[in-house]
Amino acid sequence: MQLPPHFQDWFARRGWTIHPHQQEMLARKDLPALLLIAPTGGGKTLAGFLPSLIELADGAHDGLHTLYVSPLKALAADIKRNLRTPVDEMNLPIRIEDRTGDTSATQKRRQRADPPHILLTTPESLALLTSYEDAPRMFKGLQRVIVDEIHALSESKRGDQLMLALSRLETLAPGLRRVGLSATVENPQAIAAELASNPHPCPVLQADPGPEPDIRMLVTDEKPPWSGGGGKYSIPAVLEQVRQHKTTLIFHNTRAQAEIFFHNLWLANDEGLPIGIHHGSLDKAQREKVEAAMVAGSLKAIVCTGTLDLGIDWGDVDLIIQVGAPKNVKRLVQRIGRANHRYNAPSKALLVPANRFEVVECVAALEAVKAHDLDGDPKGPGPRDVLCQHILIRACAGPFQADDLYAEVTSVGAYVGLSREAFDDCLDFCATGGYALRAYDKWKRLLQTADGAWQLRDPRAARVIRMNIGTIQDTDTLKVRRKGNFKPLGEIEEGFAATLTPGDTFLIGGQIVRYDSMRELSVQVTRDATKEPRIATFMGTKFATSTQLQHRILRMFQQDSWPELPHHTAEWLALQREVSKLPEPDRLLVETFGFEAREYCCVYGFAGRNAQQTLGLLLTQRMEESGLHPLGFVATDYATLIWGLDPVTDPEPLLKPETIQDGFEHWLSGNAVMKKTFRTAATIAGLIERNLPQARKSGRQATFSSDILYDTLSKYDPNHLVLQITREEALQGLVDFGRISEMLDRTQGQLDHMTLKRVSPLAAPLLLERGRVAVSGSAQDRIMEETAAFLMENAGLSQLPQ
Amino acid sequence: MSAHHFRLSDLFLHALPSGALYLPHENTLVVSDLHLGKSERIARRGGTLIPPYENTETLQKLDGDIAKTAPERVVCLGDSFDDLRGAEALDDTHRATLVRLQAGRAWIWIEGNHDPGPIELGGTHLAELAIGDVTFRHIATSATPEVSGHYHPKLALAGAGRARACFVYDKSRLILPAYGTYTGGLSALHPDLRSLFAPQAIAVLTGRKAIPVPLLKR
Repeated sequence: MQLPPHFQDWFARRGWTIHPHQQEMLARKDLPALLLIAPTGGGKTLAGFLPSLIELADGAHDGLHTLYVSPLKALAADIKRNLRTPVDEMNLPIRIEDRTGDTSATQKRRQRADPPHILLTTPESLALLTSYEDAPRMFKGLQRVIVDEIHALSESKRGDQLMLALSRLETLAPGLRRVGLSATVENPQAIAAELASNPHPCPVLQADPGPEPDIRMLVTDEKPPWSGGGGKYSIPAVLEQVRQHKTTLIFHNTRAQAEIFFHNLWLANDEGLPIGIHHGSLDKAQREKVEAAMVAGSLKAIVCTGTLDLGIDWGDVDLIIQVGAPKNVKRLVQRIGRANHRYNAPSKALLVPANRFEVVECVAALEAVKAHDLDGDPKGPGPRDVLCQHILIRACAGPFQADDLYAEVTSVGAYVGLSREAFDDCLDFCATGGYALRAYDKWKRLLQTADGAWQLRDPRAARVIRMNIGTIQDTDTLKVRRKGNFKPLGEIEEGFAATLTPGDTFLIGGQIVRYDSMRELSVQVTRDATKEPRIATFMGTKFATSTQLQHRILRMFQQDSWPELPHHTAEWLALQREVSKLPEPDRLLVETFGFEAREYCCVYGFAGRNAQQTLGLLLTQRMEESGLHPLGFVATDYATLIWGLDPVTDPEPLLKPETIQDGFEHWLSGNAVMKKTFRTAATIAGLIERNLPQARKSGRQATFSSDILYDTLSKYDPNHLVLQITREEALQGLVDFGRISEMLDRTQGQLDHMTLKRVSPLAAPLLLERGRVAVSGSAQDRIMEETAAFLMENAGLSQLPQ
Repeated sequence: MSAHHFRLSDLFLHALPSGALYLPHENTLVVSDLHLGKSERIARRGGTLIPPYENTETLQKLDGDIAKTAPERVVCLGDSFDDLRGAEALDDTHRATLVRLQAGRAWIWIEGNHDPGPIELGGTHLAELAIGDVTFRHIATSATPEVSGHYHPKLALAGAGRARACFVYDKSRLILPAYGTYTGGLSALHPDLRSLFAPQAIAVLTGRKAIPVPLLKR
């Protein structure tokens, strides 16, 4: 298809020529599905929308024509603004609206009755739309769906939910065409397979990736410290870079680290360079202020986290600084793409290792970027908790036949392999709870009508189901307010708030504040300029280093020398080789040594932080059983360091694959992380309701912890669907047992045990690492009793009759 | 013994780690807020279908306490059922368990806000019960000395894990923890609950052992 004349004129007026991939998208616009991989700044969005604009140009289409779905509300609003330009300048008769959680109720009602030509929305809002009885009318004439930033959606259950919703739209609007827009990914075919409507294919269109990025490690006068993740040592060098560039984005891996870095940056910012901070815990109004300043070009730098990973156009960024090892090459490449939005100009990026080990990791990452060796873990089949939610959403829209829904669901790439039996289990769970004890025959959630169609028993249930749509687990957060100020500074996790006592200080929005009290559901603070803050641990999700990157590091260790590493780091590795050994890819290195009256055991599993943590829990449990009196452990991405009263003389039986596997099965059931995982799965599947703020505020006695449900279910119904899902999830995520299995497979029981006289160079940083976990058997009860006895004695309560 | 022994007015009391209260001189066992039939009630009202095992679990716990103390009398201090229809909906197994537990002893159902009327299960129905000069009722009043339930008190100790259900008492008043499996709780330090007690009050945490701790002023 050729660009129509008035579109050609418009391109010409703007001084643009159409990119080859934009032309190609037009040529292949009638395919049922098409995935475009293009770098940032490549006119990706326009490539996605051009066919729609052209088809809508004659004003003949009535109702919804194109649905645009993106992972961020802000992105929908941004695209609406950007689309306005061609539509207004070419005077096209096209109505464009967005619909997200922020859209007003009146506007939403009107959109359902009279939908625009182009609707911009998020997966959750779309799922909600499909749950209404009038969905068939609204989506009847739908022609195209554009899924933006599909690589980001594909990493989570939001992608699965979206694809299930699309399978529904396909039935409502047969012949619907799908377009996916993605940043550079390691396996485009996998994303294409998710987007495709089985059995139709989804070809991949690769745009010119543009020039190679200019990416280096930041050279500093000061050596990186042995441990820690803040990168504080680099502040003078970072400030110098900020000074030399127009706009710099300074990425951090966690919000807490971003806060601390920002705070220190300002302490050193003698010139008062305009530098802002942006992350997900900050109040929305504050974030928007920073975004506006950024677009206006009035900020020299922004300290940020993953919230700026996605494609909103942030003005003229010409440098990306990544503080802390990138952990994952793919994300690094995508982040680098944030610099220089002009096509065909190389992006510029600097890596700042936060500690000595991260120097090695950064160099490995640089090599991976050069080699275009991106990482990513193959995804498992479509998660069943999302499917359960989809079944409930379908039921809200009206009666359905199980056969029809099964056919729809198995047209989705991730659910192609779903057996009818597994589907029926999910349907049964939605209808009856799926318990071994058939308790709810009378009060089923779904009933079958005479013609075999399934429907809600109680129409009131639709409201509850709609309120619980979504797969993002909100952690319970509390607003933080300064005394007398209505405007919140941001939010912190309830768990973190619970650990605060009046007078404690923490960082939020770059300020140190002192905790005073808890009022209603907000944390009252006052500003505190003098003290060193207690660390803000909110949302401490630490990314684990990817398997591919770990393998690269292990291979690097096998070199005779390391000319690519800074001198200090190369020497450190050489010393390790001299006094002990460097870990090898297909063997497991274990070092044992005594230090300051404690016996240490260091296991270099290279399995990533979460898996190393799980390994620590498993090993200390086994050591406790063998009478080795473990006291605690600490885990990093590459090793677990355990200390105790007795030396581990023979680590082999501890690390036997069968032993670890058995220990895992046993340990899993009582683990707190499992309970958290259960809560997520149970909420998504519709077993429990989301913990809504209103519910938290009132009727506290009525709500009880999901931990109780987990314990009860494990005891009476261990094979229940939601427990099966929970165990599946435990292989990834916070428990990440899959990585331990990978380590066991890789090393095949080949153990290198080094008994040392003192701490080895590679183990030394671990002694300084934060996040130590104390081993507690019955210790918790003992602490409680001792605390209680102490308090009783000090409270002078003897006058109460006892 | 892992129970906490104390006195209220002229009564000698044992706070058991399970959350039940035992009166050794009267050979009486008191439990509050069993909330039997909770999952059934939620399902009936079009809510979610949570695991229907709370009746089994709660009655098993009660069975254990009765076996241990062999009381002549059992007092259920209100909200024994999540609602009256929940009592009707009790299945045959659980009915049989109740009948067995009731055999050979007096059984008193005190009315609660969730189960205000009589139920067709054995036992006596009362609005309140006096033992000595102490009144046993569901919701605390100003007429002390009394023993009540209703609030589901719980308490967390700094640095010692999550909150546990607890007894709370001072010289004239005792509030029992919720005994039922599917019950949440209200912090014993919440003003609604803390204000019922004198500045000098004690909380007894339940769990593997009954652990007394002073209830601090808020």
